Amino acid sequence: MTSATQRPTPAAATPGPRPAGPRPKPAPPTGTPVRVTGAQSLVRSLEAVGVEVVFGIPGGTILPAYDPLLDSTKVRHVLVRHEQGAGHAATGYAQATGKVGVCMATSGPGATNLVTPLADANMDSVPVVAITGQQSRALIGTDAFQEADICGITLPVTKHNFLVTDPVDIPRTIAEAFHIASTGRPGPVLVDIPKDVLQETTSFSWPPEMRLPGYKPTTRPHGKQVREAAKLITAAKRPVFYVGGGVLKAEASAELRELVELTGIPVVTTLMAKGAFPDSHRQHLGMPGMHGAVAAVAAMQRSDLLIALGARFDDRVTGQLSTFAPDAAIVHADIDPAEISKNRRADVPIVGDCKEIIAELIAAVRTELADGGKQADLAKWWQQLDSWRDTFPLGYDWPDDGALSPQYVIERIGKIAGPDAVYTAGVGQHQMWAAQFIKYENPATWLNSGGLGTMGYAVPAAMGAKFGQPDKVVWAIDGDGCFQMTNQELATCAIEGAPIKVAVINNGNLGMVRQWQNLFYSERYSQTDLGTHKHRIPDFTLLAEALGCAGLRCESKEDVDTVIQRAMEINDRPVVIDFVVGKDAQVWPMVAAGTGNDEIMAARGIRPLFDED
Amino acid sequence: MSTHTLSVLVENKPGVLARVAGLFSRRGFNIESLAVGPTEHADVSRMTIVVAVDELPLEQVTKQLNKLVNVIKIVELDPQVSVQRELLLVKVRADATVRTQVLETVQLFRAKVVDVSPEALTVEATGTEDKLEALLRMLEPYGVREMVQSGRVAIGRGPRSITATGVR
Repeated sequence: MTSATQRPTPAAATPGPRPAGPRPKPAPPTGTPVRVTGAQSLVRSLEAVGVEVVFGIPGGTILPAYDPLLDSTKVRHVLVRHEQGAGHAATGYAQATGKVGVCMATSGPGATNLVTPLADANMDSVPVVAITGQQSRALIGTDAFQEADICGITLPVTKHNFLVTDPVDIPRTIAEAFHIASTGRPGPVLVDIPKDVLQETTSFSWPPEMRLPGYKPTTRPHGKQVREAAKLITAAKRPVFYVGGGVLKAEASAELRELVELTGIPVVTTLMAKGAFPDSHRQHLGMPGMHGAVAAVAAMQRSDLLIALGARFDDRVTGQLSTFAPDAAIVHADIDPAEISKNRRADVPIVGDCKEIIAELIAAVRTELADGGKQADLAKWWQQLDSWRDTFPLGYDWPDDGALSPQYVIERIGKIAGPDAVYTAGVGQHQMWAAQFIKYENPATWLNSGGLGTMGYAVPAAMGAKFGQPDKVVWAIDGDGCFQMTNQELATCAIEGAPIKVAVINNGNLGMVRQWQNLFYSERYSQTDLGTHKHRIPDFTLLAEALGCAGLRCESKEDVDTVIQRAMEINDRPVVIDFVVGKDAQVWPMVAAGTGNDEIMAARGIRPLFDED
Repeated sequence: MSTHTLSVLVENKPGVLARVAGLFSRRGFNIESLAVGPTEHADVSRMTIVVAVDELPLEQVTKQLNKLVNVIKIVELDPQVSVQRELLLVKVRADATVRTQVLETVQLFRAKVVDVSPEALTVEATGTEDKLEALLRMLEPYGVREMVQSGRVAIGRGPRSITATGVR
């Protein structure tokens, strides 16, 4: 098979924002080809699609690209300490700004270190472009030094990837990569460029013509489906809006709020959708799922209509699928047709962009009501919901041994830093508590690894978010296990000027695994004690200082507010707080893996829905 | 489970076969047969994929295939209104004592002898899966020394063309 190549020609299609302001060198008129190296073509293409920050590490095969990068006044490169950090930083940047995050690495190990963050971005539908160096064309397939088939390796964990075999294809490939990453259901795209392709002389012109005959995402919803959904929405007696991360991706929070208030229907927001709808809103029941609020889980279980907006019926939300929301009709709106009826059959499927879908739903519901229809009376439903909410609010007990409560620490950070701050989390108990006890009021303020569950996400993602939103306070809520996976990026933060704040919720253990061992493995704690309590290895405050950060420690309830305030005042460098908390705190409510949501336990042994029947 | 024949138009680019095959294996779908070849458009290739799945998983297969950026179009071909063929090359033991009988069988199936040697014949046959199976059953008693079979290719009956729209 031959690679289809075509010289870029001027076209109307311009992906991303066009750059403004003075260029480093006088630019030729748009569309006029100029002679450059492949590397210069790459950097100019990145400038043209509006890239502001690239997170990466140079190495043998990507070296040619780093030379013209030195001259770019538009693209800032942030030198990270590990490629995984570059990938998560790109993801954090993208989630905090809505723009495409960019990371760069060399061939072989540099590229394979990007696999985890790419898989992470793929699961959470985050627009990321990764650029990797590759061995020269003649050496590909010879097991050359630092050669890895990164296109083959990342094939199942990217939305798409490219191997550029002709330098003339660089502008078109970059334009296509950014277009694919940021449109439809967003996702990561990898562009692999051999070293000699970067070195060869070629021509550059912008904008290139994209050639993607097989890529046509549907954004406009089908009118008939929308009207059908509106009928169900106005008629249902126990409806629930099941809101997923797609609403944040579509930047549809305002539309969502309008629809929710118009209909009076309760809302649940998934782990990926926190911030899409204000936590403080009366109609918000909280997060559904394995560690969701009882009211949110119960509402879905007992509902007669679930209106899923940009959500994917993930196993962590549905529990055992066969017993999930047994009486509910399903309206499923998503931009990815493959998500619809994948796990749960949809009665009314709507394919499209959530912003357009919700806007059209508002209009259709209004028409439905104007045509003599009536919103079904939800008073009885709300009575039931309020009773669940009042009887089983989110809460926690203080540890019996007098240790510091991790939930309290996280709750206080949320209160003191407030709803304008950006919060990231690793994966595990601290992540669930951060989702439960910090109140999110605004979109793009809660970044976490929901789908892949990547420990170590918090610190590099917070770094990326800080570069994207330098004026915002960025808190990484991390665990002592997670923190030890990626804390080297604090050196990057300190040197490159990203004064993030890290709360290490240090319970000395791999807490979530320990919780499962406590509940399901007869309290046999196999390999979960990290020794961070017993031996204080590492000493997180000393580690923080060594990495150029301020290191603080807090071990008692009285000090919590003071220490958080101190951290808020330090803005010339990153801050790490070692919160030494009790190891026995657990995440509740909980639906045990493999069981149905009806068996949700509000706390150990308390089954609200089970007892009710 | 039932068998479905999918015609998949893809961009003629390196690595597309790996993308399609990888998708089937990682989503847990089995490919019964796969054939790839050119089309009347130089930059478009056509894959004929035979899968055995139920109706709902089939919907998932086609939706997931459609998500591949290099996949242009997917059409399921109904066996009632399409022509579906496989190619079989089989080397049968046929010395002087049985040669006439073997040749008779070959003729009955409208197959062709494409190579002859003193102790064996190589037979070429095209047809549906059923016809080729029947031929093989008839030849087996003489001794099948080697055989090779292609994946299925298929095209819809009538004047309409699936490559006429959506390819550009």
